[in-house]
Amino acid sequence: MKTIVGLEIHVQLATATKLFCGCSTDYRDDEPNTHCCPVCLGLPGALPRLNRKAVEYGLRVAKALEMEVPEESEFARKNYFYPDLPKAYQITQYDKPLAIAGTVEIEDDEGHEKNVRITRVHLEEDPGRLVHVAGGSKYSLVDYNRSGIPLLEIVTEPDMRSPQEARRFLNKLRTILEYLGVFDGDREGSLRVDANISLEGSERVEVKNISSYKGVEKALTFEVTRQKNLLRRGQTVTRETRHFMEGRGITTSARGKEEEHDYRYFPEPDLRPLRVAGWVAEIDLPELPVARKNRFMVQYGISLNHARTLTGDPKLADFYEEVAHVDPVLAATWVADTLLGELNYRDMSIAAVPADRIAELLALLGSETITDKAGVQVLREMLDACARGRPCERPAAIVEREGLARATGGEFTQVVQTVIAANPQAVEDYRTGKKGALNFLVGQVMKETRGRADPRELGRIVSECLETGGV
Amino acid sequence: MAGTLDFSPDDRYNAFITTCLEVPFGDGALAGTAVAVKDNISTTGIRTTCGSRILEDYVPPYDAHVVELLREKGAAIVGKTNMDEFGMGTTTETSAFGPVRNPVDPTRVPGGSSGGSAAAVAAGFVPMALGTDTGGSIRCPAAFCGIVGLKPTYGRVSRYGLVAYANSLEQIGPMARTVEDASRLMSVIARYDPRDSTMLDRPYDHRPSADIAGLRIGIPEEYFGEGVDPRVAETVRDAIGILEGLGADTVPVSIPGMRHALAAYYVICTSEASSNLARFDGVRYGPAVDTRKTWHEAYQELRHERFGAEVRRRIMLGTFALSAGYAGRYYAKAQVARRNIRQDFERALRDADIIAGPTMPTVAFRLGEKTDPLSMYLSDILTVPANLAGIPAISVPCGRVDGLPVGLQLMGRQFEDERVVDAAFAYEQEVGA
Amino acid sequence: MVSESDIEHIAELADIGISKDEVPEFTTQFNAILDYFEVLDTVQGESAPAAGITNVFREDEPRPCLSQEAALANAGSTENGFIKAPRVM
Repeated sequence: MKTIVGLEIHVQLATATKLFCGCSTDYRDDEPNTHCCPVCLGLPGALPRLNRKAVEYGLRVAKALEMEVPEESEFARKNYFYPDLPKAYQITQYDKPLAIAGTVEIEDDEGHEKNVRITRVHLEEDPGRLVHVAGGSKYSLVDYNRSGIPLLEIVTEPDMRSPQEARRFLNKLRTILEYLGVFDGDREGSLRVDANISLEGSERVEVKNISSYKGVEKALTFEVTRQKNLLRRGQTVTRETRHFMEGRGITTSARGKEEEHDYRYFPEPDLRPLRVAGWVAEIDLPELPVARKNRFMVQYGISLNHARTLTGDPKLADFYEEVAHVDPVLAATWVADTLLGELNYRDMSIAAVPADRIAELLALLGSETITDKAGVQVLREMLDACARGRPCERPAAIVEREGLARATGGEFTQVVQTVIAANPQAVEDYRTGKKGALNFLVGQVMKETRGRADPRELGRIVSECLETGGV
Repeated sequence: MAGTLDFSPDDRYNAFITTCLEVPFGDGALAGTAVAVKDNISTTGIRTTCGSRILEDYVPPYDAHVVELLREKGAAIVGKTNMDEFGMGTTTETSAFGPVRNPVDPTRVPGGSSGGSAAAVAAGFVPMALGTDTGGSIRCPAAFCGIVGLKPTYGRVSRYGLVAYANSLEQIGPMARTVEDASRLMSVIARYDPRDSTMLDRPYDHRPSADIAGLRIGIPEEYFGEGVDPRVAETVRDAIGILEGLGADTVPVSIPGMRHALAAYYVICTSEASSNLARFDGVRYGPAVDTRKTWHEAYQELRHERFGAEVRRRIMLGTFALSAGYAGRYYAKAQVARRNIRQDFERALRDADIIAGPTMPTVAFRLGEKTDPLSMYLSDILTVPANLAGIPAISVPCGRVDGLPVGLQLMGRQFEDERVVDAAFAYEQEVGA
Repeated sequence: MVSESDIEHIAELADIGISKDEVPEFTTQFNAILDYFEVLDTVQGESAPAAGITNVFREDEPRPCLSQEAALANAGSTENGFIKAPRVM
């Protein structure tokens, strides 16, 4: 049974001001209703003024997705009542969107390349934010700081065949948007998705307002299971709108209410039409993910896997390019594997990491001043400091303070002797040919010396000691 | 020059919703001139009700562009004038603050919707006032009260701060006892404001000239036909005769799209209004909505209670005209009709420099005379075409029928407001002399 | 022609609120007006393309916002800087 998925993605464009007024978009840490003016509060008599940059950003996306920009596009009013919508209409685009007919290339579930067709992109304003008071209160609270933030709505054709493909599509789209510099995926709530999903031959279900990348895959996976179970039990799938409960990982029916909308679209009389098709030729696109990945492999001689990981996020790719001069291959391993893992563990952004310090760390590793193991320890100390907002010490200083400089095996003679003396059973095992015993003893020495020595060199010393029956 | 103006009119016509007793004013072209402002134009710190109970306590935190300009030029804003609720009426009887009476004959309506501004000027409370005109709301009360009213070219005066009724049709404009004063006020308010995206940078800097020799005046038959009181038509023809006496020539023109004008106008204005007035839900402003109910329930209760019958009727008409299954027959057709009418005027204004006709088909109605909505709408037939076409139109008093004023309406090409002002001025100078 | 139930549906769409005893009169008036609007059926021509100026923009430069106090000044009720609204659940 084929799964058919189409997405409508709303991304907040990273402009400095709102779509139709000069209020700052940098509202996330501020008090409610402090980024508002007569326009975005919908006060009587206020008029919208279109932000040129939002249009430019929209066109940049259109060009990157190889879309067609019609000669004329237009804003329209979508009329409905909801307490977060200050004018009781949303200014959006309806039958004359900014751009139509594009594609995004992704990998399908078999690892083959495939195209997801983009139906259209259009500009619209974000509504305000509703806070539902806990404890069964009978009212809601509204913050209009978000009201009027520019959104780009990106609508796909139903071209994805699994929840995993949908996730890969979103990751790819996000990467492109970040490369274009029009979107900041780290901002909370900056991406929201409505997903249409059906099993071939069955009715389509719309899952509304999924607010994270992982949520999309989860919601769709839940839906596939739910719909398959229905069919297995001989029931049918109802065409309906469902809500995704992020916390519980399930979708629930909106009970038909939202499907009765009659939005009464008509052209927004307070704004003039756009004629911007001619701008597209003027747009200089930055190097996009695929091109950058290929360049990384050629220029730095790194593996496809590392190149793919590093270029999956423009900030990470920029970071890599800042430290690659030390040793491109060493840097790729450390940034793509070690550093990224440590960041994920801490839920930290690459933006919080000072590249010059990491370059210094790579230099210490490259010159074999410290071992890999000690390198990890230094890295962790640096990241912990960054995470707490403390100044990041120089790696050399940490090595000095903690005595982590790589040592030759000879320095550990005393420790080796103590370990051998304390583990007669292991020594006996070694003598009877159990190879694991050597590793055990080396591990004990590593532990005692906190990773300051190269394990291979230590192994040689320990076995020498054992062979000679003492030191 | 700067100072304070004391203002305490005996407002026996109910022209004002709010009056300001002591009004400080600054220096400038209008220093110390008392100006009344229609109550749908936002004024910082002075409540702006739109003649509606839904905004009875609303105090805007900002000034409309035209109000900023008035203050800059030293005008004393002495009060906010009564009006049909949200501009929806032709008599100023739909105001939640009671009807306005016509100073010429207090048993008559002043016309609408800017009836309060017209009455304030006609009664001599102020020399000039701002009105707004969506389908005749400046020109109709100007005609009924015997004063001058100009609806500017669409896009010539900023709508920023004007509480929208029908955005694509309406303009703020001057009302005054003389053409010269109307022109003075126009030159203050017609200044470019980038906050209104539908505006062009075409400031009005004009002193009226009475020299109209060689002016070609188009006479559309549709303005003198069925539904127009023959005595009104006759009075207006006489006035045109006076313009001919001043050296103007008349040419017959035709606006065939007129037969669709009123229907197109009411479909468009109610459609836009249904959307514009949806924001009045008692959340961000207005009387507090009942937050214990669900939103639809709470909104319906508040809007039922606070909007008057005519406003509710027009919101519903517009909602219907835009709704699924009907938008093609009503909203879309009205847009085509509008385009046709605009082209009719463009054509007519190639043969003529201005177009002349009556402002209103009749003289002022008696208070309470028009009870049926449709018959009220039909009286707008001669004013709505200028709004649909976006062209300037002025009404200047041109005589009386049964002792009640008649208005001569002069319409011109887009952004040729100066030309209709000059023709009106020439007429006024000739008959006043 | 619209029916009384059409009128109730329109009132619902417009969140306007209409009481039972108002419906018959609204329906009668509506039909008289719609009857007049029928003249639009005779309009000739295709749907009108937009005319006039295009591409009106402002630059992406921040401007001062209202203070929270001014933003909340006209609201019926507020709580901790938020505006209170009817429930949506």
